Amino acid sequence: MISPRRSFPRLSLTRARCSKNEAIQLPVPQIQYREALNQALREELERDERVFIMGEEVGYFGGAFKVTDGLLAIYGEKRVRDTPISELTIAGAGIGAAMGGLKPIVELMTINFGLLAMDQIVNHAAKIHYMFGGQAKVPIVIRAPQGGGHQLGAQHSQSLEAYFLHSPGLRVVIPATPADAKGLLKTAIRREDPVIFLEHESLYGIKGEVPAGEHLVPFGVANVLREGKDVTIVSYSKCVYDALDAATALENEEIDAEVIDLRTLNPLDLKTVVESVKKTGRAIVVYEGWRTGGAGAEIAAQIYETAFDHLDAPVARIATRDVPMPYNKHLEKAALPSVAEIVKAAEQLA
Amino acid sequence: MALERDRHTAQRALVTLGETELTELYRRMVLIRHFEEKVAEMYSRGKITGFCHLYAGEEAVAVGAIYSLSSKDYVISTYREHGHCLAKGASARSVMAELFGKATGISHGRGGSMHLFDPNLRFMGGYAIGGGGLPLAAGLGLSIAYKEEPEVVCCFFGDGALPQGAFHESLNMASLWNLPVVFVCENNFYGMGTMVQNAVCQEELYRFAEPYKMPGVRVDGMDVLEVYAAVTAAVARAREGDGPSLIEAVTYRFRGHSMSDPGEYRSKREERIWQERDPVKRFRSEIITEHRAIEARLEEIEKEIGAVIDDAVRFADESPEPALDTLMKDVYVDE
Repeated sequence: MISPRRSFPRLSLTRARCSKNEAIQLPVPQIQYREALNQALREELERDERVFIMGEEVGYFGGAFKVTDGLLAIYGEKRVRDTPISELTIAGAGIGAAMGGLKPIVELMTINFGLLAMDQIVNHAAKIHYMFGGQAKVPIVIRAPQGGGHQLGAQHSQSLEAYFLHSPGLRVVIPATPADAKGLLKTAIRREDPVIFLEHESLYGIKGEVPAGEHLVPFGVANVLREGKDVTIVSYSKCVYDALDAATALENEEIDAEVIDLRTLNPLDLKTVVESVKKTGRAIVVYEGWRTGGAGAEIAAQIYETAFDHLDAPVARIATRDVPMPYNKHLEKAALPSVAEIVKAAEQLA
Repeated sequence: MALERDRHTAQRALVTLGETELTELYRRMVLIRHFEEKVAEMYSRGKITGFCHLYAGEEAVAVGAIYSLSSKDYVISTYREHGHCLAKGASARSVMAELFGKATGISHGRGGSMHLFDPNLRFMGGYAIGGGGLPLAAGLGLSIAYKEEPEVVCCFFGDGALPQGAFHESLNMASLWNLPVVFVCENNFYGMGTMVQNAVCQEELYRFAEPYKMPGVRVDGMDVLEVYAAVTAAVARAREGDGPSLIEAVTYRFRGHSMSDPGEYRSKREERIWQERDPVKRFRSEIITEHRAIEARLEEIEKEIGAVIDDAVRFADESPEPALDTLMKDVYVDE
């Protein structure tokens, strides 16, 4: 049986790691996902004068989710810039500033508001390097929280990574753990392409081990969080925790699940996924975007294209139902992907 | 700050500018006019394809505005940007080759007519989404202010961009943050085929400056010296740290919205009235009135430009296509 969902996933993650690595290590501080992001921002502001933060409520308010908390006091208004509510122009001004030689980190208060910035992100940021013959670059990081599960209704519960994955020219980064949040954000800031950096609203409070100081996580390298031989569960962002919980539950049924956290969707580490599928012969893709046309659909297609001969069963997709998110708690829960669904899918594949 | 419309400013500029400068202004205007006429010819011959929006008739705006900039100042433009790019110093060869889609083009054949770009000229691109360049101009202005550099950004857009949110957001932000941006609206009275009074509640477009607390001025966009005078004042203001300005240059495109548009929504009479105000012819006769001895030099320029354009066409025609194996190159900087 599956235990009731916890409001914030704890560290099934740490368990998975400990079982693999018994070596004694120095204790690494446990900090929240939001603190890990804050640490990355602080370190990069300190490291590079060209780096600055811009967005709604990032300064005096400290960020709607407190990710930029305390940074204004240290770096001042020039480098931690509150903006008017003008998402299109916040993104566009960030792109222009990047073309002018700066390294802007733009915070969109949530990805839902980010839809107002789509013209600048998709028509401009994603195209500028290519359509001008490689002569211009746009080294911008656009951070945005997303995701459902807090009864925020249809306009505040979306997971829109697929929209950005669909646009060549954008990198799409979507960390699940505090350590990856820090390491991937630092990497994103140092790269030269526009990066869409998507944080899940339910993850800001989770704690995990985060290396202090210089900690860089490369793009395009998935993390095998748990090794298993019977089924591969591919996921990213918050759903990684559901996948880990499902893997734990499946132990009781003697189904040994491998759990992969993709960490970045563009670039996509297909190699790690395919190697796992070759071993297990079964794959479940778990994601919080809508099922139809979601990032998971692309991942499933790539598994079919690359590893069809190794599959013993069709690839299963567990995703949010194709519905605008309802407010009601029970309806919302029914719309979102669940541990129970993953377990059921694994049982059916086995 | 005197950015009010003032015919006398233009008159004074005529006196202040020497023969060399007046000649250079004329050369740039003739270059654009002849270039666009040749582009129309090449388009009808099938050498140029895709969307192609000609600038003929509006030369005074690009030339007058850009002549007031330094080489390190930035220009942001629209899809009707051949004129701005040439005025900023691009060679006719590189722009023509781009229109031909060739590897030697200013954007390496990737952009076409609507997406010219040259970082060395600080020509920061033509953008084909109405109003799309304005937020970028604000951002470039922010980068200048951030680095405490003396440059300014000159941002061109049409009357069709006025009702876009990007226009209002960008003017608000530029004013709020006191950014060194000169917004130059080319009001040619039509956003594609829709008259400006059917698209914008306030058809005196320069009046949008007032709610955004910046100077606004309407100038005769068929008069290169009037444009030059107004933009010079706005550039000086921006360079001194006094923030953005809005300039509405009233002008007229001599052709349709694009090469595929016969422009049937405009009356022949209206077109004739504006043809009579042709900015190139008008400036020529103005110069000669003031500096009679210069006429021979102007004739030389006209001949030289003819040769420059012919050379550009030859260059574009003979240039290689981009290699097919470059298709996927430059999607990302970091592969």
